Amino acid sequence: MYVIDRRLNPSGKSLPNRQRFLRRAGKILREAVRNVSSSRPIRDVAEGGVVIIPARGIDEPSFHTGSDGLHSRVLPGNKEFLEGDRIARPSGQGSGKGKGSGSQSGSGGGGEDDFKVALSAEEFLTLFLEDLELPDLERRKLSLTDSTGMRRAGYTRGGSPANLALTRTMRNALSRRMALKRPKPEEMARLREALAEAEARGDGTESDLLRVELAALELRTRSIPYIDPIDIRYRRFEPSPRPIAQAVMFCIMDVSGSMTEHMKDIAKRFFMLLYVFLERRYNQVEIVFIRHTDEAKEVDEKTFFESRETGGTRVSSALLEASRILDERYPVADWNIYIAQASDGDNETGDHERVTALMRDALLPQCQYYAYLEVDEPHNDTPRSSLWKTYDNLQPGPSMRRVTTRQEIYPVFRDLFRRKSEALETTSR
Amino acid sequence: MSALLFEGADWSFDTIQRIHDRVEEIALGELKLDVYPNQIEVITAEQMLDAYASSGMPIYYGHWSFGKRFAQHEGHYRKGFSDLAYELVINSSPCISYVMEGNTALMQTLVIAHAAFGHNHFFKNNQLFKEWTDATGILDYLQFAKAYIAQCEETYGERAVERLLDAAHALMSHGVHRSPRRRKTDFKTEQARAKERREYDERVYNELWQTLPAGAPKVVTRTPQERLADLLELPQENILYFLEKTAPKLAPWQRELLRIVRLLGQYFHPQRQTKVMNEGTATYVHYKIMSRLHETGSISDGAYLEFLTSHTNVVFQPEFDDRRFSSINPYALGFAMMTDIERICVAPTPEDHEWFPQLAGCNDPVEALKDVWANYRDESFISQYLSPRVMRDWRMFHLVDDPAEPTLRVEAIHDERGYRRVRRAFAREYDIGHTDPQIEVVSVDLEGDRRLILQHSVRQGRLLAGRDTSEVLGYLADLWGYPVLLREVDEHGNGLREHTSEPRERRS
Repeated sequence: MYVIDRRLNPSGKSLPNRQRFLRRAGKILREAVRNVSSSRPIRDVAEGGVVIIPARGIDEPSFHTGSDGLHSRVLPGNKEFLEGDRIARPSGQGSGKGKGSGSQSGSGGGGEDDFKVALSAEEFLTLFLEDLELPDLERRKLSLTDSTGMRRAGYTRGGSPANLALTRTMRNALSRRMALKRPKPEEMARLREALAEAEARGDGTESDLLRVELAALELRTRSIPYIDPIDIRYRRFEPSPRPIAQAVMFCIMDVSGSMTEHMKDIAKRFFMLLYVFLERRYNQVEIVFIRHTDEAKEVDEKTFFESRETGGTRVSSALLEASRILDERYPVADWNIYIAQASDGDNETGDHERVTALMRDALLPQCQYYAYLEVDEPHNDTPRSSLWKTYDNLQPGPSMRRVTTRQEIYPVFRDLFRRKSEALETTSR
Repeated sequence: MSALLFEGADWSFDTIQRIHDRVEEIALGELKLDVYPNQIEVITAEQMLDAYASSGMPIYYGHWSFGKRFAQHEGHYRKGFSDLAYELVINSSPCISYVMEGNTALMQTLVIAHAAFGHNHFFKNNQLFKEWTDATGILDYLQFAKAYIAQCEETYGERAVERLLDAAHALMSHGVHRSPRRRKTDFKTEQARAKERREYDERVYNELWQTLPAGAPKVVTRTPQERLADLLELPQENILYFLEKTAPKLAPWQRELLRIVRLLGQYFHPQRQTKVMNEGTATYVHYKIMSRLHETGSISDGAYLEFLTSHTNVVFQPEFDDRRFSSINPYALGFAMMTDIERICVAPTPEDHEWFPQLAGCNDPVEALKDVWANYRDESFISQYLSPRVMRDWRMFHLVDDPAEPTLRVEAIHDERGYRRVRRAFAREYDIGHTDPQIEVVSVDLEGDRRLILQHSVRQGRLLAGRDTSEVLGYLADLWGYPVLLREVDEHGNGLREHTSEPRERRS
């Protein structure tokens, strides 16, 4: 007989088969992932989790009989039945029906139930972004945005008191005291006690001896300081270039009466994609939600998507608000700034001058990327909106797309980023 | 008599060795079991899930369905819907038993008694296993299958291999010669044969031969239909075998893949027919051994109580109207019948003398049971050994659901008039010849469009489930390369329904 410890074998033996399974279930899984993600708050979109897919999509068929025909079954636990008794058919899935026949074949397994798949965050995101070929060039551009910062670099003997490295200093002092055999306070206390005792006893020789010893130790204590200037250390800092590892994303949306739920849903999906995209690339991503009618306000996510306002539409109010928040909280030197705006394109007449000025002077020069998404009801073939025309006149202007159905979001998102990177490429040549 | 094997729940590899040796003493010395050499492997929960996903085998070829099964089990396990098994045992020589690292010392004892001796004895001695499986070769063959399929994936692409395996898996339930019995397969020669076939195909392939003139026509003494049937061995219930041998468009590697799936299906064939016997044997054996261990002072009272709790859970059978009822628990049924055989041997009642004259009072239950373990499968075991006593204890009744009638009918119950009828009906539920649909390849339309014709002999109006059937038929058409037709025919030869399918390239 052998006993073998298999616990140390490499784990993850089923991983290749899991990947085959995910690939096989790819299409339905992707759909499920997108359904799940649309009901989540933007920040949680990229988390893993359980998705439910219909078992039908990934079943393994086999020849087996269905529920037609005569079925018979022997069951345990008879209470009152006698031979020849008639029993009404149980409603729904009868216990005597459809079971004992083909279902024993072992394959099939899950039957008609929904199938739950637990996905890791990585798998979830891969599925979520699968058909989005996010441009490489964009990433290069992101890593170029450097700023300098101070970096800890060991200790120094001189420096400002604010940078005193207390622990290090105390450690140095302790080792020096030990090395030079500075008498310990306990030892001194013990000697003094013994001296007092000896004096009380009137033992002259003993107390003289002790007094001499004590005097020697006191002298030593005085000559070896508790903390010496040579112990003192300061934290040293060094300037170093540092890529900006944080980004802020402004979501600007028109919430006036003309924006329907459908349009907001499209906008939300777009914001979500942008968030996921940024989060993959930056350590920290902050989101600022600004909604506007004829006046703009910074709100939380729930209010942003759910509450409804009445009023006119003045786009410049939102741009002004964004610009204010930018200046106040997100200096360009420290933050990568992304702005995504969704609107149906309506704007007050007479506001265009201000919009143009704000965009040209305040926002566009500061941000990495400005995406403008014009949303509309499906099959609504309205001519170019006034806001579109305004943005179109800007040089360089924001990236703009018009979206009317949910399905268009992913291609448009991809397109937006690709276009921009290609444009960059041509200008850099 | 002997000191305690262990105290408390902790165990070490020494403990396992000690437990095994003591259990072996009882199993071989007192129960006279005959087992393959044992190999006990300690594994983690994740490894147990891995093993679940690959039909309990330590190695298996790659396919997405195993990933699906893994996800399924993992989901249930994480949610706490189901516990993992304490053990898993493989019909191989040496007989490999997996034990979980989280088991207590008592559980390890139970698992060793159950799997390493109970199942092991059954695997080595049962007639079905002897005939259908090759315990010494299976692991090597799996290794070969895995490597071969991986190599095919590299040569022909993962997609092509996956499509073929999907099709083969769909037909796996019809990849066994049920009758007449096949000679035992030997996995070693299988590997050599696969290689030989591949080499031969490569060697003899020559464009020139396609242009050779046909020889003089032979004298035909039989009708073309008869000749065809002889040539193709029709009718043929083993669909995978038929395709492997005769499907015109398959490449050699595709035939080999069909063969691998078929042979592995065949390896599992006896297990499907001996669930009750297999688990009953193991449960009976562990019960005997654990009781002996307790009697001889090898395990403490506390440990024995822990065993009883666990044993009681294993052999729990909810009644039909219980919320927990889903089907008959094979552990419970097998254990109940085997302990009853022991009772009949040792303390028979007049009823037993009448029903089991050869057993009653023979006073040698171990020999009687070993004969049962060696020579029966579930269906024959139940039809011969289910005693009135067990039927009464279980309060069994036979329920018939005839769609022609407005209500369900109680056909028979556990009384004098009903015993034999209940028993007969019960045994049939374990007869896969009865429960699996009987589908055969009956003909090929060689003069027309090469359509493959299959027939399902419908019993008691039980037609095939529509949607799955058309999917499987689609796979079948892909393999055959030409259209297929499946006729469902009742007992009197009346056609009830027809399904047809075309190969993929023509379907789309």
